[in-house]
Amino acid sequence: MSEPVHEIEVQIRNIEGLHMRPAMQFVDTASRFDCEIQVTNEETSVDAKSIMQMTMLAATCGTKLRIKAKGRDAGEAVEALRTLVEVKMFGETPAV
Amino acid sequence: MRLSDFVCMDALIPDLKAGDRDGVIVELVQALAGAGKLGKSKAEEVARAVVQRESEASTGIGKGVAVPHVKHAAVKQVVAAVGCCGRGVDFSSLDKQPVYTVILLLSPSDKADKHLQAMECIFRNLQRDDFRRFLRQAQTIEQVRETIEESDASR
Repeated sequence: MSEPVHEIEVQIRNIEGLHMRPAMQFVDTASRFDCEIQVTNEETSVDAKSIMQMTMLAATCGTKLRIKAKGRDAGEAVEALRTLVEVKMFGETPAV
Repeated sequence: MRLSDFVCMDALIPDLKAGDRDGVIVELVQALAGAGKLGKSKAEEVARAVVQRESEASTGIGKGVAVPHVKHAAVKQVVAAVGCCGRGVDFSSLDKQPVYTVILLLSPSDKADKHLQAMECIFRNLQRDDFRRFLRQAQTIEQVRETIEESDASR
C-alpha cells in the first residue's frame, strides 16, 4: 500500500507575514507529525520541519503556499497547518 | 535582494568583545549607530528592544548562527550588522550549541515585506556551509566583507 499524500493551498493572512516567530510555530506544528512535509511558493520548495528553510520562503501577507504531506498522518498534518496559518493566523493581527 | 543591499559594511565586527548574548547585541547595535544608521540617542532603546525580542524566542536557529532582529520606529531602512565570536556565545540556540556568527537585523516598524525579504536573503546565504564556515573563520573586517560579497556574487 502506498503512503497517503495530501496537498493543500493556504494563504498567509496576518499583516506581518511569515516572519521568524510564525515560521517557528509552523515548524513546531509540522514536527509533531511523522510524515514528510514540503512547502512551496512560486520559486522554492522547502522542508516544513527546518526553521532555516521555512524562513527562506519570505511569505508576505497574501502569499499563497502549497503544503504537500506524505505519510501515515499526512491528512492530519495539512489540516493542523491550515488551521495555524488561516484560522489562528499565528495568533497575529489579520490584514483588514 | 542581496546581502550587500542592506548589510552595513561599517558595522562588521570580526572579533566581538562581548562574551554574552546581550552584550553582543549591544555591541552590534552600537556599531550601526556609530555608522549613522540610527540616531545615536536611540541605540540603547533599540538594543533593549532586540534583547526583549530575543528573550521571547531565541533566534539561534542552530549551526552556530543567530539572527537577532527587531522592527523599530527609530530605524529608517532595513540594515544589518555582522559579528563573529571565535569563543562562541550562548544564545539559547535550538540545538543548544554556542553561536559563532551573529547577523543583527533592524527593520522599520512599517515595512514588513522588506523585513521578510532581508530575512530570506540572510537565511538563503546561511544555508550554505561554505558561507557559514568562511564567516566563522574570518579574522579581519576585510575577510568578513569579502565573504559577504563573494556569496552575493555566486548566487
